[in-house]
Amino acid sequence: MFGLGKKDTTVFVVVIILALCAPFILNPFPGNSSLAQFNAGYPDLMQRFVIFGIFAIGFNLLFGLTGYLSFGHAAFLGAGSYAAVWMFKLLSMNVIPAILLSMIVAGLFAVVIGYVSLRRSGIYFSILTLAFAQMSYNLAYSVLTPITNGETGLQITLDDPRILGSSATADGGIPVTNLFGLEMRHFTTVDIGAWSFNFSVGYYLCAAIMILAFYVAVRIFRSPFGMMLRAIKSNQQRLYYTGLNARPYTLAVFVISGMYAGLAGGLLASMDPLAGPERMQWTASGEVVLMTILGGAGTLIGPVLGAGFIKYFENIFSKINDGVLHSWFAFLPDGLENFIVTLVHPFVGKGWHLTLGLMFMLVVIFLPGGLVEGGQRIARALRRGKSEDNGAANKASHEPAE
Amino acid sequence: MSKSTLTRRGVLRTGAVAGAGVALPTIFTSSAASAFTNEPTGGTVTLGFNVPQTGPYADEGADELRAFELAVEHLNGGGDGGMINTFSSKTLDGTGILGKKVEYVTGDTQTKSDAARASAKSMIEKDGAVMISGGSSSGVAVAVQGLCQEAGVIFMAGLTHSNDTTGKDKKANGFRHFFNAYMSAAALAPVLSKMYGNDRKAYHLTADYTWGWTQQESIQAATEALGWETVNNVLTPLAQTDFSSYIAPVLNSGADVLVLNHYGGNMVNSLTNAVQFGLRDKQVNGKNFEIVVPLYSRLMARGAGENVKGIFGSTNWHWSLQDEGSKAFVKSFGTKYGFPPSQAAHTCYVQTLLYADAVQRAGSFNPCEVGAALEGFEFDGLGNGPTLYRADDHQCFKDVLVVRGKENPESEFDLLEVVEVTPRAQVEYAPDHPMFSGGNLGSCNPGA
Repeated sequence: MFGLGKKDTTVFVVVIILALCAPFILNPFPGNSSLAQFNAGYPDLMQRFVIFGIFAIGFNLLFGLTGYLSFGHAAFLGAGSYAAVWMFKLLSMNVIPAILLSMIVAGLFAVVIGYVSLRRSGIYFSILTLAFAQMSYNLAYSVLTPITNGETGLQITLDDPRILGSSATADGGIPVTNLFGLEMRHFTTVDIGAWSFNFSVGYYLCAAIMILAFYVAVRIFRSPFGMMLRAIKSNQQRLYYTGLNARPYTLAVFVISGMYAGLAGGLLASMDPLAGPERMQWTASGEVVLMTILGGAGTLIGPVLGAGFIKYFENIFSKINDGVLHSWFAFLPDGLENFIVTLVHPFVGKGWHLTLGLMFMLVVIFLPGGLVEGGQRIARALRRGKSEDNGAANKASHEPAE
Repeated sequence: MSKSTLTRRGVLRTGAVAGAGVALPTIFTSSAASAFTNEPTGGTVTLGFNVPQTGPYADEGADELRAFELAVEHLNGGGDGGMINTFSSKTLDGTGILGKKVEYVTGDTQTKSDAARASAKSMIEKDGAVMISGGSSSGVAVAVQGLCQEAGVIFMAGLTHSNDTTGKDKKANGFRHFFNAYMSAAALAPVLSKMYGNDRKAYHLTADYTWGWTQQESIQAATEALGWETVNNVLTPLAQTDFSSYIAPVLNSGADVLVLNHYGGNMVNSLTNAVQFGLRDKQVNGKNFEIVVPLYSRLMARGAGENVKGIFGSTNWHWSLQDEGSKAFVKSFGTKYGFPPSQAAHTCYVQTLLYADAVQRAGSFNPCEVGAALEGFEFDGLGNGPTLYRADDHQCFKDVLVVRGKENPESEFDLLEVVEVTPRAQVEYAPDHPMFSGGNLGSCNPGA
């Protein structure tokens, strides 16, 4: 379907289903239960899941296919965000021009940075991209304050010109980002029994774009261009000896990857019109590397899973405070309760980094292929059990009958 | 051939699924029935406390959180009631807010605008918070205030001292009890003139974000009005931890006063570096070299230790004040946590009470009605003397304290002494003062 192979179609359909049903999947616990703390189905976090999914998909195109580890991808995310917010300030609150401009700006950025950085490979390439990203961060933080508003971050205000829109709404508020009048922040809550599910306009726009971005990524993976990129990863020297110049290919994929990051940045700004320099900081660049490796570098769905995993930890685990812990362990005798809370305390709340670090170590040590490898192992184990049961040949695929 | 038929059917089927999925959100476009964002319907009301738990302002954040917990306890009738008993408005009776029990959620701003907004968004969207409070970094406060305006909830700013919070970035849904950079400068200038004379050369080190800029601008204007000369102003990144490379050039600049427009961990480090470089023992232009820290807090004084002795600054509130409100607050905070509260804790506690009181008086949680109840509200008994919430910019006006690092502290908390209480009239300014112009409150947004 859509020019995809059987296996890719399955993955694609799974991604579509996951993306469209996320409001249900992410809110598995009833609102009044104590486990509601772990629900992630609110618009802001769902939007972050798919937006960082796009970011990681793009990063994986570069890292997964060519093996070039860019440590400065956040620069494109940040550049995209600034471009989008400026579009909201100057042109209109419609997200389409903002997203387009963010991709273009990030693409141009990527051409410049890629042209210089790709003259080296391996660790030198990583350091060069890191240096460019930190340079962008510092520029955005102080030197370019008139454009970026420094540490406070660029925000939309009541006195922006907005040529194709209004500076302020009729009742004196700041207009909100929209898609031809459909407000991004609008969401509807549907209550079914004790559960309540949030359907957000902004989320579905992001999800639709993520599905599109995923599809394009699959096509690139399976194209002759993708094959060439893999060749670069396996042995660049040999490629040169056969008379092929690898650099145009690496630059092309670097720019595509940068545009994905710009798209993610533009979407972030569309959902919440603010762009701060910390989006460009090296920690943000490191985060996307973690996402990709955690999910499974070079796999199709891995980066999306990794992005979801990290954002979940950042937003859900960081909110568990001592009060919440005490309410969980309230059934224990006082001394034991306090002891357990003290024991758990360093791993939740502001200690979420620690938990994430431990998980990352475990994944890298035991599942070098990331979460995807974990899934494959489970699937293999199940399949083995099944094939022993009915003795059939390995007719494994449970794809829909396409 | 059959393969292509299957593909076509698949295309249609997937198209239908995708179409239905995309159409899904538009089916439910009818708005929810509530009149404003997160209208509390059950027996509880949720407040969101968004403070820095990591980063350079983590100490302040931790103390703010303690104050919020204490305020919630007092609102729900626990503890000794604290400042509820001394507050001039008598609507709070320990039965929560409008009879609803107060619950709260917390979040970590990481002293980053992005993270702070994500955290505040999750409080509003997931936990149903009807008011967001917190801060400790004006950049974050400005960003979160903007978010609250868009989302239609009240933002009760915590520790934020930039002129911009109630100046060019002011918002109808945002309110600030804390004083600001202009007030600090206005209060500090006469004392500096008295102590150090009118012929001084000042060198500024400034935290590079909205607070630092406005603090530096204010203190420069106030000292230049005295006759001081400004030699240089150097911007330092907020995340900086070692300031030696910024201190060294001060020695050769010909300046005889160093103004540290730093707060929290920044100030602790820069002051320590400055003292290590021997700045305080130097004689320049025939005068003793002096250091000034415009915005002071006890937590910073504790962090900087011996180095703060004799150094002037301003503060919003100090635990050694002897009015009834301050005494009641210090007592209940001390009983619960074993040490006196900081100014950050004080302003957060007060903001929570002010919000609760405004809701009681308005008879509704609707942000527009709460805002109207706060605008132009005059009150007393919360530790700062008679105070006004000005309607024009949602800024509180009250006395400002000028403090000095104590030479002979009697305890580990007794680090600052109040030199002068600058009366409110001396720090007041017009709403359209140039340092505060360019902004617009807009209209209040109840969301939904």
